[in-house]
Amino acid sequence: MPVSWLVLIILALAVAGYFVGRSRALSSVQGDGRNLHSLPVYYGANVAISVLAPALGVLVLWLLAQPMLIERSVSGLLPAELIPEGSNLNLVMADVRRVADGLDAAVGQGALSNNEANALRAEDTDIRALLGEVGVALGQEVRPEVLNAAQSYRSLSHTGNLAMTIVVITLGLVGFVLSVRNSHGAYRARNVVERAVLILLMSAASLAILTTVGIVLSMLFESINFFRLHSAADFFFGDTWAPNFRGDSDLSILPLLWGTLYISFIALLVAVPVGLFAAIYLSEYAGPKTRAIAKPLLEILAGIPTIVYGLFALLTVGPMLVNLFGQNGALGVDWMSGATSVLTAGAVMGIMLIPFVSSLSDDIINAVPQSMRDGSLGLGATPSETIRQVVIPAALPGIVGAILLAASRAIGETMIVVMGAGAIAKFSLNPFESMTTITTRIVSQLTGDGDFASPETLVAFALGLTLFVLTLGLNVLALFIVRKYREQYE
Amino acid sequence: MFDAPTPGDTMVQTDTKISARNVQVYYGDTHAIKDVNVDIEAKSVTAFIGPSGCGKSTFLRCINRMNDTIDVCRVEGDILLDGEDIYDKKVDPVQLRAKVGMVFQKPNPFPKSIYDNVAYGPRIHGLAKSKADLDEIVEKSLRRGAIWDEVKDRLQAPGTGLSGGQQQRLCIARAVATEPEVLLMDEPCSALDPIATAQVEELIDELRNQYSVVIVTHSMQQAARVSQKTAFFHLGNLVEYGDTSQIFTNPKDERTESYITGRIG
Repeated sequence: MPVSWLVLIILALAVAGYFVGRSRALSSVQGDGRNLHSLPVYYGANVAISVLAPALGVLVLWLLAQPMLIERSVSGLLPAELIPEGSNLNLVMADVRRVADGLDAAVGQGALSNNEANALRAEDTDIRALLGEVGVALGQEVRPEVLNAAQSYRSLSHTGNLAMTIVVITLGLVGFVLSVRNSHGAYRARNVVERAVLILLMSAASLAILTTVGIVLSMLFESINFFRLHSAADFFFGDTWAPNFRGDSDLSILPLLWGTLYISFIALLVAVPVGLFAAIYLSEYAGPKTRAIAKPLLEILAGIPTIVYGLFALLTVGPMLVNLFGQNGALGVDWMSGATSVLTAGAVMGIMLIPFVSSLSDDIINAVPQSMRDGSLGLGATPSETIRQVVIPAALPGIVGAILLAASRAIGETMIVVMGAGAIAKFSLNPFESMTTITTRIVSQLTGDGDFASPETLVAFALGLTLFVLTLGLNVLALFIVRKYREQYE
Repeated sequence: MFDAPTPGDTMVQTDTKISARNVQVYYGDTHAIKDVNVDIEAKSVTAFIGPSGCGKSTFLRCINRMNDTIDVCRVEGDILLDGEDIYDKKVDPVQLRAKVGMVFQKPNPFPKSIYDNVAYGPRIHGLAKSKADLDEIVEKSLRRGAIWDEVKDRLQAPGTGLSGGQQQRLCIARAVATEPEVLLMDEPCSALDPIATAQVEELIDELRNQYSVVIVTHSMQQAARVSQKTAFFHLGNLVEYGDTSQIFTNPKDERTESYITGRIG
């Protein structure tokens, strides 16, 4: 039975359980809801939860565990010499699964009976042609061992699925019966439902956290693989980035880190003053009408996809800068040769960060108590003196935090630098040259047909992990600063 | 700016410092202050009393144009300070507020050191010629705020770290540091305990030697203790204004009598 049917059956059982539990609870008190411990809906929900939670929980675990167990037992059937040079067990297992799927399809379409499928022998039948007829194309002739493994894979899956169906439906029914028997006036159904809600919310929260942990671990393992193949000293302290897909590459993070930090610095140079001044205007000077229009308009900037900013950098800002600083340009200097440069990417990234800085700073400036401003104005200070000497110092920790958050976004930004910054890794102070960043190199190392086990590809994970540690550090620092100084007003 | 007080001169002088004529205040459509006429004397303490929402704080904030910071607020009529209309177009509210200082209901020291809190006004207005000059102004102001002895050893400590009563006296010291002529106090003791209140009241009594003090208070005992003149506001009207002793012993208006005896409010 397909899994979707199984889920539907369990859902139907839960819906039925809801009504049965509700009416049984009501009838246990002769229809007078006041004599129930909980509202009738709680009794219904209790039955539904008792059906759903164990059955679906076991279903999910089973679906995760079964393929792993079957693969382990089937891969034992494959002789070691079957695995060709340069390939690995996973590729052969993919063949096995494909043949098994093909046999399933053939049985499903009536080309074979179930017994015939199990009795097929590679020596007697042209399996490839047979499966080709039912729409499963194979890349090569099926070897007897693979067919054997596929047949055993099929039968194990079949048994497993049958057992799963039985176990899941039994669990649903047991939950149904037990909880319906409990649906009487004295049973505290509300407490059970509350607990179930709590568990649901907690599992949502822990799922988010566990995903983060999973991401970090996967990066960590791949990075460890990388450092087995490439020296860590060269990665962290070398000065050349020159990947070479024939091997023997120079893979050092420092030139990339330099490009990343330089572009981020220029971005902050644009975003911080503009964003901060915009925030001061909006929170201190603008009337409610201006504010109601200007703030959403500014925040639209935050909603523009970064790829659009990238296009803007490549097609508008870059050529514009070349017209200014390039050969035959308006300024008569020959500083810039191509549209992609540190300045292009930095300026556009800065524009992207303006709403980020301004909306965070705006919130922080608004959090400074009005009594501070009154105190300063009451002493005869002008509005700008008040802002400079009282409001900004009071809001400074929060503003620093906002800037650090913006910096960590700048460091992790990808699309703008892919399109606007160029691809040359070098140390240079000239903002008109193209340079490259960690993120663009991750993209270029992982796209294309690189061998997935070579240091040239795996370096992407080490780069990603470094980037992650860098931005995580900035975020932690920002949160620390914001929290530490938050209580100072009161 | 003003004459040095003659020692021992606690006599109520009769110069008019502030005079308000037909003052109306509107918050949007709400008519908050209705036709108030009052003459506030120099070098005396005037108390504004009345139930919550009667407009006494609003009227107080008109005197140094703090209501300008509220968009929907509109003031009509004349308020004269030393005979000059403070709502005249030529008057810069920033200069006015330097002459008419204000102390707020809740102590609001800036998140700076005690020294910088007091030096804030003198620095803005350029009152000190040198660092030594500024040190002197700070010390004098803190002494006048009756808090010098408590903070003289920790002038660089943050002002927010003081206790509530100390913070309020620091705010008073900060207000007097700009050498104002009038000091407006909006319920300065409502956030303080009785001991701190007594200290602040004692301070107000001393300030009377040099400044005209206007204080809004909810405590009638406080009004009776510290003020020479009392004004009773009710529903936006100035109901009665006169010598404090007369208001509390022999009120002319029925509403005043009801309020001070606790029947309305």
